[in-house]
Amino acid sequence: MANRPSDIELQNIKDTNPEDTLAGKSIATRDAYGAALYELGMRDERIVVLDADLSCSTKTIKFAKAFPNRFFNVGISEQDMVCTAGGLALSGLIPFASTFAIFETGRAWEQVRQTIAYSFLNVKLAATHSGITVGEDGASHQALEDIALMRVIPNMTIIVPSDGYETQQFVKLAAEYYGPVYIRLGRAKAPAVMPSNYKADIAKAYQFSKGSDVCIIATGIMVSEALKASALLANDGISTGVLNVPVIKPLDKETILSAIEGCRLVVTAEEHSVIGGLGSAIAELLSEIKPIKMIRIGTQDTFGCSGKPDELLQSFGLTSQHITNKIKSTLE
Amino acid sequence: MIVNSITSKRDIDFLKQKAREARIEILKMLHRAGSGHTGGSLSATDLVTALYFYKLKHDPINPSWNERDRFILSKGHAAPLLYVMLAMSGYFEKDLLMTLRKIGSPLQGHPSSKLLKGVEVSTGSLGQGLSIANGLALGLRIQGISSRVYCLLGDGEMQEGQIWEAAMTAGHYKVDNLCAIVDNNGLQIDGSCADVMKIEPIFDKWRAFGWNVIEIDGHDMNAIVSAYDLAQTIKGKPTVIIAHTVKGKGVSIFENKVEYHGVSPNDKELETALMELGANG
Repeated sequence: MANRPSDIELQNIKDTNPEDTLAGKSIATRDAYGAALYELGMRDERIVVLDADLSCSTKTIKFAKAFPNRFFNVGISEQDMVCTAGGLALSGLIPFASTFAIFETGRAWEQVRQTIAYSFLNVKLAATHSGITVGEDGASHQALEDIALMRVIPNMTIIVPSDGYETQQFVKLAAEYYGPVYIRLGRAKAPAVMPSNYKADIAKAYQFSKGSDVCIIATGIMVSEALKASALLANDGISTGVLNVPVIKPLDKETILSAIEGCRLVVTAEEHSVIGGLGSAIAELLSEIKPIKMIRIGTQDTFGCSGKPDELLQSFGLTSQHITNKIKSTLE
Repeated sequence: MIVNSITSKRDIDFLKQKAREARIEILKMLHRAGSGHTGGSLSATDLVTALYFYKLKHDPINPSWNERDRFILSKGHAAPLLYVMLAMSGYFEKDLLMTLRKIGSPLQGHPSSKLLKGVEVSTGSLGQGLSIANGLALGLRIQGISSRVYCLLGDGEMQEGQIWEAAMTAGHYKVDNLCAIVDNNGLQIDGSCADVMKIEPIFDKWRAFGWNVIEIDGHDMNAIVSAYDLAQTIKGKPTVIIAHTVKGKGVSIFENKVEYHGVSPNDKELETALMELGANG
């Protein structure tokens, strides 16, 4: 293939060393995605990228500039983008198709179901602007239903990275895995939470700590809030473990069941509706195997609204303080 | 590998004979299935026969041969036609055709690529095939593979907005290794396309989206073969062949009858049909 960037093109891209690790860096997961995609592009000529007129926001622009022959902007047409990605996969390439989460999973839902998942095509749906931290753009652009929409589709793998470092690893793992993958990314800065020796694994959840009273099972940016809540609760003598579940489907049942062993309360935390997301997935699992009292932290069957990301997290009850209060009042 | 080249009237007669055989098989399998899409399978039979027995580079022994041409059946409800083409080409035994739509059969009501070799991608939900064909053609192009991609669309299917998103993409990216074919039989489930939702002027629409447009009689085998050959010579833009066809073509009781869009022949209808097609029982 004649798709290697020219020397001139390469000279224009100096800001990221492909070997740089994002461990310890608090950056938006979309930025980590843009960097990881570029790294992948350098190493593997089968990587192709599609976008629907949002490449500056989804951060695919970096790949686009480096590898123009392997980048396809389809304009504002998400349904076309998803199926075009399917065709590229059929030709033996590994497409990453990016737009905002609500458009990728909502507007193009049936294309994802019919063309990508039913045919089991090797397409990576990497969507940014998930959750309420989209911020000022408001409800129309805040996907709070995307995990639910992808979770009901057979053959789909769903990854929600918690920080930049985890994103960097999972983007590579998604490319190595054969099959449809949905990667949920965010717009706002995500606090670094994963340790530098962390090795992401599609089959594995990551246990930060084991609690004897409570287990908080969190995903995405809520992992950071869960860790803070765990520390706050320790001050009150409540032993709270934290489990990061970056892969919502298929669930790492073994690690989840072992993490909740001996606990009185299981709390799920996600920047998504409590209907159909991580909270539902855990409730479905535990109600059948190990019924236990649960609290589901997330948006409560409501649309988002405009505001600053921090204000919105506060307003919708997605903070460590809110998690702490909920747990304390439940245990009383 | 099947290498085809048409050089004489005898070859055209061969294709016509293949199309007649295909119609017989389609009707037999639909009759056995007890349901399925008769009209739209018969309207496109000549068009797709010319692909499988003349135009496509393909290898039934090695269905995933990388250099093959690809056929995407965007109007997935014409599955019986695709299955018959695959069976007649040797992808599987003809006996399998009689399992159409039965539980456990790889011959699903609409094509499944996971279940049946030779089906490039699962279709059935209208409007998606042209985008898939674009992606395939672009992917082959950037890998330097000279294969071509053919995509069969229904005329009613042009009411799907995604078709025009894909039409724009193909024009924009000058996807000249792609040839779309519109089976313009004029009917859809609820009636004539003109009554349900006007799609004319079809020619002007495609031309406006940057396509090379060829208009033919979709039952004239000479015209079909010439159109495929001509399409291959056009560089710098995708080609669409608007093929004027008759729904239910080949069997008088089905021709231009909207009722036979999604209904299979009963015993008596099959008998009449086979007689008209000159089948021996």
